[in-house]
Formats: sequence, structure tokens, C-alpha cells
Amino acid sequence: MTSGSVHINTDIKEKVSSFLVGDRKRRKIGDKLFHGLVIGTAAYTLLIIVIVVVSVGLGSAKIFSYEGFIGFVTGTNWNAVEGRESYGALPYIIGTLMSSGIALLIGVPMSIGIAFFLSEMAPSRLSSPLSFVIELLAAVPSIIYGLWALFVFRFLIKDWIETPLYNTLGPYIPFFNQAPFGLDVFTAGIVLAIMIIPIVSSISRDVMRAVPNTQREAAYSLGATRWETARIAVFPYGKSGLLGASILGFGRAVGETMLVTLIIGNAIGPAAIPTTLFSQSQTLSSLIANEFNEASSDLQLSALIGLGAVLLLLTMIINVVARLMVSKMVKVSPGDRE
Amino acid sequence: MSSSSNEEIRRYAPERSNVDDKEVLAPATKQANIKLSIRKVNAWFGKKHAVKDVSLDVKENSVTAFIGPSGCGKTTLLRCINRMHEMTPGGKSDGKVVLDGLNIYDKSSDPAIIKRRIGMVFQKPNPFPTMSIYDNVAAGLKLNGVRDKKLIHDIVEQSLVEAALWEEVKNELHMPGMGLSGGQQQRLCIARALAMQPEILLMDEPTSALDPIASSKIEELVQHLKEHLTIIIVTHNMQQAARVSEYTAFMYIGELIEYDQTKDLFKNPHKELTEKYISGRFG
Repeated sequence: MTSGSVHINTDIKEKVSSFLVGDRKRRKIGDKLFHGLVIGTAAYTLLIIVIVVVSVGLGSAKIFSYEGFIGFVTGTNWNAVEGRESYGALPYIIGTLMSSGIALLIGVPMSIGIAFFLSEMAPSRLSSPLSFVIELLAAVPSIIYGLWALFVFRFLIKDWIETPLYNTLGPYIPFFNQAPFGLDVFTAGIVLAIMIIPIVSSISRDVMRAVPNTQREAAYSLGATRWETARIAVFPYGKSGLLGASILGFGRAVGETMLVTLIIGNAIGPAAIPTTLFSQSQTLSSLIANEFNEASSDLQLSALIGLGAVLLLLTMIINVVARLMVSKMVKVSPGDRE
Repeated sequence: MSSSSNEEIRRYAPERSNVDDKEVLAPATKQANIKLSIRKVNAWFGKKHAVKDVSLDVKENSVTAFIGPSGCGKTTLLRCINRMHEMTPGGKSDGKVVLDGLNIYDKSSDPAIIKRRIGMVFQKPNPFPTMSIYDNVAAGLKLNGVRDKKLIHDIVEQSLVEAALWEEVKNELHMPGMGLSGGQQQRLCIARALAMQPEILLMDEPTSALDPIASSKIEELVQHLKEHLTIIIVTHNMQQAARVSEYTAFMYIGELIEYDQTKDLFKNPHKELTEKYISGRFG
């Protein structure tokens, strides 16, 4: 048996080595092909951003030469009448930032609360179905939220939140001093918050789950309670991830179009500057959606594309600022992750 | 069975210990000062019975080692001592762990306070990554409401000195703790635990993630620390147990097989299983 097995072994060895040599070429080609394919997909992202920037730039060139970039960004008028044309994006920039800001202010604490409950407190028989429901909510198209808000929710907001706020704070604080109507920047902010909560909380939950248990135990071992453990171990460790989740939510809120168009009141020109919480307003994207169909002149069309350019710039700035904030926070060395 | 009655606890008081539990008590602890008594502790992971009816006494200012093959329940037993085990999902435990006459499993005892008295060092160094070296050590103090900056400063320095880390980090106290080497991080974690002024320090394979030099530093440290602390160390490494501990408990599949003075346990074990394990025939 011993001598036989030696013979068989050399046989196998030869076969395998010839197989390896023969296969080498095919594998090399496959490797190259894969290489090229991956580079191609990576190039695609660059291509898209170039195309978007170029076409938005070309499309908005007219308005920027007419108003000047600064003039366009700081202008408040929106007049399409021939001969008296004047376009300014400032009210919509403010409207966008304010509605998204309200969404963030309401949505992020809610989301982090939900995520904390799901990841740190709920037993798994509760957290699994709840997580499922949240994933489900995240998949609801935003127009559904918009319609629901337009037909149902705005009346509730007006009667139960806005009117009491107006009655109690209105006389003293100008910011609340406008008879609420239900279709305004506040309602838009709340509905945007409802829209972003599922996705932000779902990501935040994943972020918290990714915090290694050794970190929690370190806190527990110092006599920390659940909340203290969250404060010194879970939140700091997940800080950059939680910030990322919030920025993603903010990005969604900034770019959201139809939902906002339905409920923000669609004011135009200086009137669209939200001077109170209950002002009718307009966002960059909702104005584009409102007017694109009826844009009568090249200049108006260019002004709308100009709004798009401003929106693009705004989201880029938000992303860059977020990245800076994340990188400024103390880095977690990769070795510490489990 | 009134589990917390004084009668019951007194029966296990140091001077009377060994009355009921001859087999599990180390002979040498008869007259010694007993810091901690473990009585009939059971622990489960879900349905898995990980620690079965373990009873033993731990002598004050000594090092006690828990050894045994992987999965024998030594870490779980350790984590029962400061009620950490029950924090793991599915973790359940019962029995009695008596610290200076106080049953930590009593309904009236607060798990957070227990953890302040019984510090813990983990298998992998786990400093808080967003905190500086200083803040890592001060974390427990701040958590427990110490506001006196001078006091915090003194304790931080003292703890780092005790953990043999002070000389290496005294000029970079405000650098992030994660910037240290693995061995330094582990000593930082020891300092963090020491800052709480614990009476007992539980060490769960504290050197398993470290290189030999860093490990020997930790072992050296253990020898110094036992002068004013009671140390229980879980280790995979029998040589380490032999080097650092006075008492060794050998566990196998959740049960305490043998518990004795380290030198006796390693020289002439009474049980066949122990003999097999320490001679390397399984595990």
C-alpha cells in the first residue's frame, strides 16, 4: 500500500501542476477583464458627475450672465414678465434650508431615540418586528406622505400644533406671529421629518449595533447605567456614523420635491421668504417642479436650471461640511472594531 | 429557602467556611481571610448551562486563577462575580456571590454599585476610543459624580502609576488612548478600573491579545496589585496561572473540578481530569 500510494501521489501531482499551468492563461485573461470592468464602473460615477455639472452649467449660463451669480443667489424677485424679468433664488434657498432644518431638528432626535431603543433596549422579539416596520416605512414613496399630509395631516398640524403655538407665543415672539393656514414651511418640515425618520433611524440602529460589546462592557464595568453607557460608550463610538445618517436625512429633505410642492404653500418672490414659522414658502426643488412645465422664455428656463445649480452646490457644501465634521472627530482606529 | 438570611451567609463566613463544601474549598483557605464566597452559582446562555453549581472561596489580597479548556465556563463564572453575565443577551445566572457578607445577587443590591466595587479588565483592551488617556482613567470617576478636579487629577496619576503606565504617558495624557500600543492600552484599562478604587479586580484573559513582553509586564503588575487588591484572573495559559496565582480553580464543562493552592494543584492534582489537563493531554 505504501509504494502504491507514492505512485498515485506523483500522478496526482503531475496532473494538478499541468492543470495549473494550463489554466493560468485563462485566469489571467479573466483577471484583466474583471479589472477593466471594475474600472469602467468606477469611471461611470465620474462621467455622470461631469455630465451633470456641465449640462447644469451650460443650462444656467444665461441666467448667471443676466443676474450675475451673486445677484442670482441674493436676489429675491421672481418676475417672468417680458421686459421686467428679474430672478433671485434667495427665498427658495432660505425655504429649503428652513424646511429641511425643521425636519432635521425633529427627525434626528426621534430617529436616534428609535435606534437606541431598537439596538440597546428592546428584546429581540420586539426589535425584529419593529425594525421590519421601519424598513417598510422607509420604502413608502414620499408622494404618499405628501398626499396624506395634504388631505389629512395638515389639518391636524394646524389645529393641534400651529394654532396653540400661535395663540400662546404669537403675541410675544414675532417668529410665531402669523395666523396658521396649515400649508406652510412648518408643516413641510414636520412631514419631511416623518419622511426621513425611517431611513435615518434604520441607519442609526445599524451604527449603534456596530458598536462592539466590549465598549458597552467597559462602561458597565465602571458602574454605568444603561443611559450612561449610551453616553460614554455607544454615542461617542458611533458619532461619525450617526452624523452620517443625519446628513443623509438632511440630503433627502433638501432634495425632496413633490411632497414639499404639495404642502409648503408655493409662495413666489419676496413673499416666499419665511419670516415666521407659519409662512408659506417655496424650496428650490419645489419651484422647479412648479414652473418647469410653463417656463415661457429661455431666460426663465435658465433661471430654473440655475436653481438646480444652486441646489447642487448646496448639497455639495453640506456633504463637504459633514465630511469635515466627521474627520475632525477623534478617529476610531480600525483595529478596535470587532 | 430564604436565600439571603443571615444564617445562611454566616455559615460561609471565613472562620466557618468549609463546613458544608469540603470538596470545593481550598484547604488553605480555612483560616485565611475570605474576601469573596461563591455558593452554588449557575449560569446559562439561553438554554446552555454554562456554569454548574460552582462554590468556592477567594482569599483576600491573593491572586486566584480560573483555568480550563475553552468553553469550560471560567469566563462566565468570572462574569457572574460582578453581575456582568446577565448583561449579555440570553445570559442568566443564580446562586450566591457573597462579598464581605453582602450577597451581590440579593434583590436589594444594585448591579452598578457591585461593579464599582469589583473592577474588570477584559480580554481585548477596550479603552474608550474618543477619549484621551486622561479621560479614559477619569471616566469612571466622572460617571459616578466626582467633580473635585484636584481629586480626579490625583486619582488619575495614582492609577496610572499603579498600572505601571505613568512614566510612559505622563507627557501625553491628552492624546487619544487608542494611540497607545496594545500592551499600553491594556494597562490603561487596568488604570481605568483601578481609578474606581475596587476591592476586587477581575481579569478575563488579560494577556491573550498581547505579545509576550507586554504579557509579562501585566503579570508583573498583577504581583504588585495584589498587595492591596484581591485578584481573580481567567487564563488559557497554565504557565501564567502557575506564575501569578496562589490559588487555582480548574473547571471543565461548567463544573469546578478542583480548587487548591496553585503549587499543589500543579504538582499533585487529586483528580484525574486535572492531571490530564495540566499535563497537556487534552484541552
